[in-house]
Parts: sequence; structure tokens; C-alpha cells
Amino acid sequence: MSDYTDQELMIAVAAREIRDRELVFVGMRLPIVAYAVARNTHAPNARGLFEVGLMRDQPASTYLGTMGDPPNVAGALWATRMSNVMALMAQGMVDLGFIGGAEVDRYGNLNTSYVGLPERPRVKLPGSGGGADIAILSRRWVTLMTHERRRLVERVSFITSPGHGDGSPGWRRRHGLLGGGPAAIITTLCVFRFPLDGGEAYVDTVHPGRTLAEVREATAWDVSFGAAVGETPPPTEPELREIRLRSAVGSR
Amino acid sequence: MAEAIDRFVPDGATVALGTSLEPLIPFAAGHELIRQRRQDLELVGPISDSLFDELIGAGCVRRITAAWVGNVSEGLGHCYRRAAEQGIPRAIEIHDHTNFSISMALWAAAWNVPYLPARTLLGSDILRTNPNIKEVDGLVHITAVRPDVTILHVQRCDAQGRAHVWGPLGISEEAGLAAERVIISCEEVVDAAVTLSDPNRVLLPETKVVAVVHEPGGSHPSPVQGFWKRDHALDNAYADESRTREGYEAWLKRWVLDVPDRQTYMTMVDIESIRITGNRPSEPVNFADE
Repeated sequence: MSDYTDQELMIAVAAREIRDRELVFVGMRLPIVAYAVARNTHAPNARGLFEVGLMRDQPASTYLGTMGDPPNVAGALWATRMSNVMALMAQGMVDLGFIGGAEVDRYGNLNTSYVGLPERPRVKLPGSGGGADIAILSRRWVTLMTHERRRLVERVSFITSPGHGDGSPGWRRRHGLLGGGPAAIITTLCVFRFPLDGGEAYVDTVHPGRTLAEVREATAWDVSFGAAVGETPPPTEPELREIRLRSAVGSR
Repeated sequence: MAEAIDRFVPDGATVALGTSLEPLIPFAAGHELIRQRRQDLELVGPISDSLFDELIGAGCVRRITAAWVGNVSEGLGHCYRRAAEQGIPRAIEIHDHTNFSISMALWAAAWNVPYLPARTLLGSDILRTNPNIKEVDGLVHITAVRPDVTILHVQRCDAQGRAHVWGPLGISEEAGLAAERVIISCEEVVDAAVTLSDPNRVLLPETKVVAVVHEPGGSHPSPVQGFWKRDHALDNAYADESRTREGYEAWLKRWVLDVPDRQTYMTMVDIESIRITGNRPSEPVNFADE
């Protein structure tokens, strides 16, 4: 087994969240690579949807700095306006979405807006983009994050993109959110998942070479562990090949 | 461009920019706004890479009505942070949106209704911070946003304002329809025979367009389908240099204030590295008048 980075493992794990024939709201950065990996390994019929206004059934031919770069448009199935893409998501036709975040809490709520008070923020983050839309309307979603105490917090100071709210069972349904919410938080140390009816994230698998103690130490809440915490399968050779093909140039 | 900005974008205006998200961002127009020292602007958009950050840093902005402000290379917008956290160079008001909600706010204005209901934003704290978005009976009402001016960069346009765009459109149609007036900057000015050969590709009614500016490279460093790749290196450089106020000011002097116009700017860029040379035309269609 060859060496791989934390980031490469995260991309491989994210790719495995994509099932064949699914419609995936891809977004930017790592998920662009994850979609390419899934499409060229286990999910040959997965389609990607991009909020800029694109649908694809194959990854772009070269490195993308953004989802709107010309290689992502060439060969698209559909180039359209953003509201048309959102229409599909509002109808529950998007199976899986990816959302970036600066902070996530134990109930899977994401903050990409304000650290501290909105009137006087300690850190002004860029904002929702399409994140809140995906969190509310896609059937399930996944977020990727560096595992640090300042990122995995007890409660986010601002819910930009709602996960399971206050963690009470059925919170999303009671508040009228159409989609099912977070399916996984993929970090540099482990993979969290959630109970079927919402609630608190639990550790499902820990990455190779990482320990439960490390996870506990780097998480600001008192972490729950699944019934049988396994080891995250490392990236396979085909996965690594796809990842390296697509993240070499200009990535940061 | 200088004339279009001077005539059609007054201080205090509500201006929609960057409505195609990552491509076709009208950076040349933004830089002209900075050179003409526009004040108290309200910027409207979804995600416009670093353009909003640059305008905030230059002190042109009173309010942000957008889904995301930062720079795509790095994430955090350093000028946005300084303005929101410390009031440098001035305090700004923020009306948070999502990509979906800013689209609907513009469609509401385009259709001349006070608001549109949506199923997004339920459970989000954006309902608390944006006074123009509220939950009513299990739906979210998104108040109309009407730009005074929408500025778009496109591939080609004729002198009457019929713009041809290809590639994803983002929220350009609703931003143009909602606006009082539209400024088009374009890679090529073409004869009306070209644009009218394919009226389906005309983005907006010519009656909205008040100015057409021939501005090759007007969206650099963002890409233009069929013309320019995205200039990753230059975008990354902005992310690094804007990290400090001094770095941003040096960047601003070099790339905006000391540059008279876009033509000069393009001589400072390694344009051969970003020029698209391939050709992948679409099939023509038949518009026979019989």
C-alpha cells in the first residue's frame, strides 16, 4: 500500500458516499475530485450538478479551480440558469450534496457565517453560498473538515446550514426541512455518522493510524462512539490514481 | 468603461455584479468603480470570487446583499473580514443570502412582486440576521431586491445591447430583468446579423441595456468560455497579498489605481497562458422564415 495524505483519504471516503445512478450536488474543491473518483470507479452512472448551472455525467478533462471553469462546461449534459438547478433540489431530486464549513457541531449544524456575534463578529466567514440550500433541500449531505477543537465545537455560534438543529428527534421534520440532513462528517481523523431520525453525531470509523483518544482530544464535545467503531478503509490504488490525476495543479 | 460607470452608476447605487458565479465576473467594471471612487454602494450577487472583497477594501461599499464573499482560491475574504470585524476601511451592513434566495429576491423584483416564497432557509440563522427574509406559515418569504444597475460581462454583444452568452448563466437573467438598467461589457462587439441569427442566445431584452462596452479580458482573472481560462495564479496572488491591509493597498495600487484602463491591465498579464486556442463549435440551427 502506497502512502497517502489525510486529504487524499478524505476525498476517497467522500467518493464512496456517492452511489451509482445518484444525482450529486457537487460544489467546489475536494468534492469536485470526489465526484470524479466515484464516477470513474464504483459509480459510473452518477451525475453531477453544479449551482453555477451545469449537469454532467463525466468529470472535466483537466484540473478545475472552480466549477465554472471552461473544461467543466465542455461536454456538459445541461448548461442553464442557477434557479433551474435549485428547482431540481427543491423537488427532492438531488440525492446527495457536499457542503464546506468552518465549524460543525455535535448535531451536524454548520457555520460559515460568523464566529462570535453577527453584529460584532470575531471572524467574518464568507457566508452560505449554496450551503444552506443544500443542507435544507438535498436528500442527504456530507461535509469534510480538518479535525480541530476550534472546528468541531459543542454548538456553532451561528447556524448557516442546519443539520439536526437542537438534536431532538425529528427536529428537521418539525421545522419543515425537506431533506434528510447530514449523513456524514468526514474529518482528518475519522468519519462521524448520525442516527436515522437525527440527533447527535457518533464516530463510525477511525482512520488508519489514528486513535479514539486523538479524536476525543481534537473534538470540543464529549464524543459518542458507535456500537462497533471500525477502521476507515484506506484509499485503493484506483482511487488514488484518480485523485492524483485531478489535484496536482494549482490546488491549495 | 469609464464613461459607462460615470454616467450610469452613481454613488449610493445598488449594483448587481458577478451574477454568473465564478465565470464572467466584470472585474474591469469593478476596477473602474474603484478608480472613480464610488461611495456607499450596495453590492448584490451570489458568489463573485474576489471582486466584492476588492470593492469593500477600497471603501466603495455600504451594504453587501450576497450569498458569499471571499476569494475562491482561499475561502476567507480578508477585506470583508477587516470591514465586518473592525470597520476597516469602513463599517458595512450585511444582508446574508443563499445562492437560491438571492436568485429568488431578483426574480421577485423581475416579476414586480414584493416577495417570493421558498422552501430554503428554514432552520437557518440567516432568518435572524437578514431583515428582508422571514418565515411565514412554514415557508420563507424572500423580499424583492431591485438593482439600480446590473453589470454583466459576456462573450459578444451588438451595438444595440443584444448580448450572447454561452456556458452556465447563474443568476444573470433575473439580475438583468430586475434591474433598472444594464451595462454590458463584452469580448467582441459584433454585427446585429450575428446576434439575431440566434435570438434564443440573447440574454436580455435590449430595452434594459443602456451601455455596451468593448472590453476584451474584462472579466480577468475569471474565465470566459471560448476566450479565456481562469488565471489561477493571479487569483492566488490576490488571496496572499490581501491578507494584510498594507498588502491589499499595494495590490490595489499596482493593479487598479496605477492602471488607466483594461487595455493597459491586459498588457500586465501573461495572456498567452490563459488564452483559449481550441475550437469546439456548437451545431447551427435553422431559423428559416417560412
